[in-house]
Amino acid sequence: MDVPIGLSVDGEDRRLCVDPRVTLLDALRDQLGVMSPKKGCDHGQCGACTVLADGRRTLACLTLAVAADGTEIVTAAGLADGDDLHPVAQAFLDHDGLQCGYCTPGQICSAVGMLQEVKDGHPSVVTEDLANSAELTDEEIRERMSGNLCRCGAYVNIVAAIRAAAGVDPAGTGDPVEEDAPAEEVA
Amino acid sequence: MKPFDYERAVDPAGAVATVTGNAGAMFLGAGTNLVDHLKLEVARPDLLVDVSRLPLDGIGPRPDGGVRIGTNVRNSDLAAHPLVRSGYPALSQAVLAGASGQLRNMATTGGNLGQRTRCVYFNDVTTPCNKREPGSGCPAIGGYTRYHAILGASEHCVATHPSDMAVALAALDASVVILGPDGERTVPAADFHRLPGSEPERDNVLEHGELIVAVDLPASSPLTVNSAYRKVRDRASYAFALVSVAAALKVDDGVITDVAIALGGVAHKPWRARAAEEQLRGAAATEDSFRSAAGRELAGARPLEGNEFKVPLAARTIVAVLRALAGDAAARGAAGHREGDGR
Repeated sequence: MDVPIGLSVDGEDRRLCVDPRVTLLDALRDQLGVMSPKKGCDHGQCGACTVLADGRRTLACLTLAVAADGTEIVTAAGLADGDDLHPVAQAFLDHDGLQCGYCTPGQICSAVGMLQEVKDGHPSVVTEDLANSAELTDEEIRERMSGNLCRCGAYVNIVAAIRAAAGVDPAGTGDPVEEDAPAEEVA
Repeated sequence: MKPFDYERAVDPAGAVATVTGNAGAMFLGAGTNLVDHLKLEVARPDLLVDVSRLPLDGIGPRPDGGVRIGTNVRNSDLAAHPLVRSGYPALSQAVLAGASGQLRNMATTGGNLGQRTRCVYFNDVTTPCNKREPGSGCPAIGGYTRYHAILGASEHCVATHPSDMAVALAALDASVVILGPDGERTVPAADFHRLPGSEPERDNVLEHGELIVAVDLPASSPLTVNSAYRKVRDRASYAFALVSVAAALKVDDGVITDVAIALGGVAHKPWRARAAEEQLRGAAATEDSFRSAAGRELAGARPLEGNEFKVPLAARTIVAVLRALAGDAAARGAAGHREGDGR
């Protein structure tokens, strides 16, 4: 029996009726026409369906829509401010962090969620000292983004894009970039 | 996917009563494993009772000095919690070694314990599987065994439990708090999961309708503080363990005064290495002691054709983790003497 639910999707309140079997991903794409999150594996293994649910990166393919009732969903499309891309999306363009682009909306949502987790002081499995907050080295970026697969293999540029969006230096040491330092001197 | 009804639990006792009274009902947490099983038709419930919004999502101190973790605490919040990071590093590391950032944001503590094996035959309804269809057979025996057991398996099932978190909980002497129709009971984490025996369909000691409501950690101690988790896998991240080790070690003047070791990826449950622990207590904290104890624990291993590599891999991983912890213990001891605080 269909169940009425409400979602906030990219800032807009949406009402819909869902069969309990429908995933959040299918509800977004098939019922609400929100095509930014992508269906890759549909089994929680690829990350293409990643959205922000109440601010946390989440897999829409493993979430039942009925269980997400009342959640605030932000997709990669909803991260933009009008015609201005979100800094992480802009960094993916600037650094060629994609080829076919199918995994990109999930990568961008995941990166936005991940950068917030770093700001909140969450450790990762490669964080040397659990007592202290992690610095965003390339190793940390790779580990924290491991839930997003890219079959084109754009990983090197995805890491560069996230590093740039986070404002850390190109050498990948995790040190913040001096705003006024010429790029060639930073390496 | 087979049709099912959905209802959101109002309180834990009501959820337990509903599922207890309906043989086709299941609890739904975050769904990171169950929703996949619905799609695969490995799970075919008539009713899902969603417990994910019950307010069992806190982490806080217990009167005995320990820590209570609510069943709905998300894996990422558990790993990041200051009490866990400082008092039980093996638990933080184990949780962080599992799954991906997205999945850890979703997955709950109780759900992590309740997740099922990733045996490829169990997850494929076109093949026989004694765990999924009791009596149908086990194609893993003589089949693809890379992720299968070397300890405690039976002729009926050679599956492994996939959780990293549960391995750390077993080593740290945590306990699982379970609510049933007649009230609460508490089970040591090391005894929560079962060996397959002749009933591989039963992963753990839960009866139908029983709900995990919390996990309790004992008071943190020099032992739990000097703990670590190491996971060996086919790729650097986002893969299940071939072998993993959670261990805690206390060394005084070069002698092991307390030790706890649990292995993952090798059995139907987190494998508490009691034989190795027994041999290590009172022994010198040396590489030779570690190697000898690991060998004793694995003397009972019965690898399958194709996963023989796990026996030496598990032994080497035990030695590596204990060696690192002995180094940490020595460093901590030296720092304590320097600062004169005696800790």
